[in-house]
Amino acid sequence: MTTVDRPGAVGQDGTAADEAAGWRFPVWRSVVLGVALLALLGGSLGYVLHARERGGAHREVAADASFALDRPGLYYRDAASGRVAREGGPVGGPSCERFYAGGERALCLRALPGTPVRTEAVVYDREFTRLQSVVVPGVPNRARVSASGNLLSWTAFAVGDSYAVSGFSTRTSVLDLRSGYLIKSIEDIPLTVDGVRYHAADVNYWGVGFAADDNRFYATVSTRGRTHLVEGDLAGWSARTLRENVECPSLSPDGTRLAFKKKVSDDPAAPWRLYVLDLADLREHPLAETRSVDDQAAWLDGDTLGYALPAGSGRGSDLWTVPADGTGAPALRVPGASSPVAVRT
Amino acid sequence: MYLATTGRRPDAPSRPRTGAGRRVPGTVLALGAVSLVTDVSSEMVTAVLPLYLVLGLGLSPLQFGFLDGLFNGATALVRLLGGRLADRGGGRHKAVAGAGYLLSALSRLGLLLAGGAATGIAAALAADRLGKGVRTAPRDALISLSTPPADLGRAFGVHRAMDTTGALLGPLAAFAVLWAAADAYDAVFVVSFATGLLGVLVLVLFVRDGAGAGTPAGPAARADRPTVRQLLREPALRRITGAAALLGAATVGDSFLYLLLQRVLGLPPEVFPLLPLGSAACYLLLAVPAGRLADRTGRRAPFLAGHLALLAGYLLLLVPAGWATLALVLVLLGVFYAATDGVLMALAGPVLPAAGRAGALAVVQTGQALARLVGAAGFGAAWTWWGTRPALAAAALALAAALLAARRVLPEGKVS
Repeated sequence: MTTVDRPGAVGQDGTAADEAAGWRFPVWRSVVLGVALLALLGGSLGYVLHARERGGAHREVAADASFALDRPGLYYRDAASGRVAREGGPVGGPSCERFYAGGERALCLRALPGTPVRTEAVVYDREFTRLQSVVVPGVPNRARVSASGNLLSWTAFAVGDSYAVSGFSTRTSVLDLRSGYLIKSIEDIPLTVDGVRYHAADVNYWGVGFAADDNRFYATVSTRGRTHLVEGDLAGWSARTLRENVECPSLSPDGTRLAFKKKVSDDPAAPWRLYVLDLADLREHPLAETRSVDDQAAWLDGDTLGYALPAGSGRGSDLWTVPADGTGAPALRVPGASSPVAVRT
Repeated sequence: MYLATTGRRPDAPSRPRTGAGRRVPGTVLALGAVSLVTDVSSEMVTAVLPLYLVLGLGLSPLQFGFLDGLFNGATALVRLLGGRLADRGGGRHKAVAGAGYLLSALSRLGLLLAGGAATGIAAALAADRLGKGVRTAPRDALISLSTPPADLGRAFGVHRAMDTTGALLGPLAAFAVLWAAADAYDAVFVVSFATGLLGVLVLVLFVRDGAGAGTPAGPAARADRPTVRQLLREPALRRITGAAALLGAATVGDSFLYLLLQRVLGLPPEVFPLLPLGSAACYLLLAVPAGRLADRTGRRAPFLAGHLALLAGYLLLLVPAGWATLALVLVLLGVFYAATDGVLMALAGPVLPAAGRAGALAVVQTGQALARLVGAAGFGAAWTWWGTRPALAAAALALAAALLAARRVLPEGKVS
């Protein structure tokens, strides 16, 4: 505001006539501005303090000492507290935006405060002892752990490096706990599309799911406006596309089927529907859930899928389940929850 | 309607001072303050919006991208409307610009009240873009009408420097609010709303309308107000718009350049969000000197030199050499904006009829903006089909050709 209050700066239009007439400080206008400034400042400060009092957004909370992945069951993120909870049990886990677990490891994605947005991926053991953490740019988006707990993968949604007018960009990382090797972005993996080696600047990966051999993985690759199901080989450092229009694949416990979301509509309000793909004959069938699901579905057992849907209230999400064979009907499992994972012992 | 006939009022008394000691008109400083405060307000929201929409509301990246890009193209066309409205009745620049600023400020409340509803958020974002589109041309017309033609480069330089200062402060303000409010996004919207209102208030209190500040006043101006079609028959406007559009179509877009820098130099992703800050800081430092230079040499030369700097940036990216390339490209991009953005308005302003100034500037800006969209889309396609280096080489060739053509088409823009 200093520029405005500078004598000789305000209230004249720069002609010499005005200057010759002598410039007068705009007293009343400055008083009005001063009063308004104080009122707006006071109001803003009041709201900020109120928000702080209310608790702001979710603060980072560590897990309670009594909380562990020690019992089999359904674990999820509780929308109200932002913390990990067990179905029928207490809300005692760490605060995470996305959560998943497998074997002896759990993965928690957290948005670091401030701008630009960064994601912290934290690796825990079953007692929620913090083992390792990696910080990547972007907004937390997907988290997966292989069944053994050896491989972890996460996707962050990067804002600002997309060159298309309305595009977005993702960065998917894979961490191998056996070697400690971290692949910060799997975009460099040699990709074969429809049998031909493929090069393009706009390749994006997201939604990795691991096979039981801790080497093979499935993921979405997007390029030139289309999405493909890709099968990757970490040891062989190669990837090839299997099929078009498959996003966020999730491999069944027996490794024979893939649950995924398929884009069925150009309506941005409801673009997807859940499908299951049979890997033996590459045939797919829609599930009984007809609403648009934007989540990487999780296999709660060999026959049931769990996923989050926006809550009716407009805030947060609810956890639903649906049979994997296309029969039955979706059922509300846990209100106010997301990031489902079935923990076995 | 050329410089000789419209540029200087015959009754204008000689200026008391010349050179560096000359003052920038109060209206320009006030408009600069308005832009500064408004940019703090809008960049605050831009900084937290992705996080709020994706994490706070659970929008998918696809939906976010859709919302974000929804009204970008429309802004360019809304500018024409804003310019036309502002010229009505012999100069309603202040009222139209004020309405635009107010609409953008109110859109923050819309974000707050929309809660989780995607339609509400889309409406709020649309209101913000609408406000931005409407206010740009009348604001630039006000600057150009309240400044003696010979000082326009400097006036626009000062305005753009203040504007960029606001853009740089915005994310910092958002950071401070998030820190103080324990990560509550709604607090950012409230503070942004208050800041936006403050900008509107500064405009209302301290900006004088164009009618009293240089427009040939009286009912004659009203009758003379040209339509867009008539404006387009104006040879000077056609030449300036044509040259700006030609050069605009040969630019590849900033995000592409940043992405190229990252790919070519293998920059760590953490550095990426900082790249625009580098060129913005350079723009901020150079906007005023470039404007003054433009006043002295005529505006065509700096405008073309700015594009030459961009061309040099393209060529540097073809022969990457590490951190030196990074620094040079960012500086060149800053030079490009400093020497072209305000300078183009300074070049166009005096040549265009005062009664239709806002509408005419809107035509220039819209032509340039649409051409840049086409240029970015074309480069995106070239990159995808041919790969980085051939696409960049093609862009450099196109820019060189456009520069040669623009040099013939563009009027010199020298006033004194």
